[in-house]
Amino acid sequence: MTNFSNKVTSLVSENAQCCCELSLVEGPTGSELKRRIQELCGENVLECYQCGECTAGCPVAYAMDIAPNQVLRLAQLGLEDEVLGSSAIWLCAGCETCATRCPKGVALSRVMDACRQLALERGIKPKEPEIAKFHDQFLTEVKRFGRVHELTLTALYKVRTKDFFSDVFTGIQMFLKGKLALIPSLVKGRDEIRRLFSRSRHGSEDS
Amino acid sequence: MKYAYYPGCSLESTAKEFGESTVLVAEALGIELVEIPDWNCCGATSGHALDHKLSIALPARTLGIAENMGLDVVAPCAACYNRMKSAEVAMKSDEALRSEINSSLANPYEGKITVHSALEIFTAPDVLNRIKERVSYPLRGLKPACYYGCLLLRPPKIVGFDDPEAPQRLDEAMCAVGAEPVEWYFKNECCGASLGISKSAVSVKLTGDIISNAKKHGANCIVTVCPLCLTNLEMRQGAAGKMRGEDLTMPVFYFTELLGLAMEVPGIRKLFASHLVDVNPALDAIEQGEPVPAGAEG
Repeated sequence: MTNFSNKVTSLVSENAQCCCELSLVEGPTGSELKRRIQELCGENVLECYQCGECTAGCPVAYAMDIAPNQVLRLAQLGLEDEVLGSSAIWLCAGCETCATRCPKGVALSRVMDACRQLALERGIKPKEPEIAKFHDQFLTEVKRFGRVHELTLTALYKVRTKDFFSDVFTGIQMFLKGKLALIPSLVKGRDEIRRLFSRSRHGSEDS
Repeated sequence: MKYAYYPGCSLESTAKEFGESTVLVAEALGIELVEIPDWNCCGATSGHALDHKLSIALPARTLGIAENMGLDVVAPCAACYNRMKSAEVAMKSDEALRSEINSSLANPYEGKITVHSALEIFTAPDVLNRIKERVSYPLRGLKPACYYGCLLLRPPKIVGFDDPEAPQRLDEAMCAVGAEPVEWYFKNECCGASLGISKSAVSVKLTGDIISNAKKHGANCIVTVCPLCLTNLEMRQGAAGKMRGEDLTMPVFYFTELLGLAMEVPGIRKLFASHLVDVNPALDAIEQGEPVPAGAEG
C-alpha cells in the first residue's frame, strides 16, 4: 500500500471560517495523480470533504466498484491504481448531477473524464472494456466521416465486442422505419477534422 | 427571427422525427432556420470522455462556420446543445485555448455568436405567446411527464437557461398547447445516455425507474428534448417492465412533435409512424378530451 500519510498533511486548511471553506492541504510530496487531474480538467480533488452528495445523486453509483466520493478520496491519497483501474471511471454516464450539487464546486464528472484519459495514457486496461470500445469506435467514426453514421458505428462496435445478437430486432425495426441511413453523410472538410484529431491525444492512437 | 441550424448526427437518422418536427414548427412560427453548411459531429459523450481538447475543437469548427453566417445557433438535441455551449464558453473564456484551436480552423470562432437549444427558442415569452395563439387542436387529456434529462440543464454554469433541479420550461410549453403535465420526481434524472449501447443493463434499470415513476403520477406519455433519452426510453421499456414485473408501456414524444400537433402543422402526424413504441394510446387520450375539429389533418 502506498504510504500516503505524507501526501496530505492536515485535515483542514487552517484559516477556514465555515465548513464550506474546509479543504485538505497538500503534503510535501503531494500526489502526482492529483496534479495530473488538475492539469487535465482544472479540478482540485483536495477540495472534496467527503460529504457524499455526489454518490447520493449518482444514477450509476449502484453499479460501480467504488462509489463516486471514493474516487475523489482515493485520488486525494494518490492511489493511482485503485482509481484508474476502477469500473467507476468508465461507468460514469457524464450526467453532471454530481458537478451540479457539489457544495465545494468540484466537478467530479470532469475528474472522471480526466481519469479515463490518464488510464488510456498509461495503458491501464479499462475495467469496462465495452464502454471504452464504444467511445473509441465513436471517435473513429467522427475522424473518418466528420459525422457519426449510426449504422456503421453499431456494426463495427458489435464486431469489436463480438456481440452480434443483442438489439438486432430493434435495429431491423429502426431500419424499416427509415431511421438508419444506409449511406454515411460525409463532411467536406474532413482534412480539417483530421487536423483537429492529430492535435489531440486521440489522434496519436491508431484508430 | 433567423438562426443557424445545427441538426447534429442523430436528427438525420434515429431522431429524424425530432429534426423534421423542429423545422416544421419553426417554419409555422415564422422562425427561419438555415442549416450550417458542412457542419460536423459535436463529439458527444465520447468526445469529452476521452479527450477534453478535442471535445472543444470539434464544436468550435461548426461554431466558426456559423459565425461566418452571422447567426446565432440553434441545436435541438440536448447533447449537441450541451457540447456546443461548453465549447462556446471554453473558447470565450480561455484565450490560449481559443488561439490554439483557431489556428487549426479554416473558419476561426471568435465568440461573436451564441448557442441556444430549441426549447429555449420555442419557450421565449413572445414565441410561446405565438404558439398559444396558433393552437387549433388543444391537447386536453394528454398528461405528459416532462422529461428534461441531464444535458439540457447541467452544468448550470454553462447551459443554465432553466432551473437544474426544478425545471419549468418544458412544462410551460406543454401547458401552452393545452396538455396537463404531471408533477413527478424523475424530470432531471439520467437515462444512462450512451451506456444504452455499451452497458444496456444500466439503461434498463434507469428506464424502469423513470417510466414507473411517470406512471405512478398519472402520466399517459413522456415528452423529451433529447434523442438519446427517447431512444433509451423506447428501446428499454420492454426489458425494464419485465425486470420490474410492471407494465411499463409508455408512448414517448419529442416536444416539437406535440407543439406541431396542437398547432396542426401539416406533415406532423405522419412523423408518429417512426416511433418504436405505438403513440396511439396517448393520441386517443387527446381525442377523448376534445372532439377532432372539422378539417383536422388525418
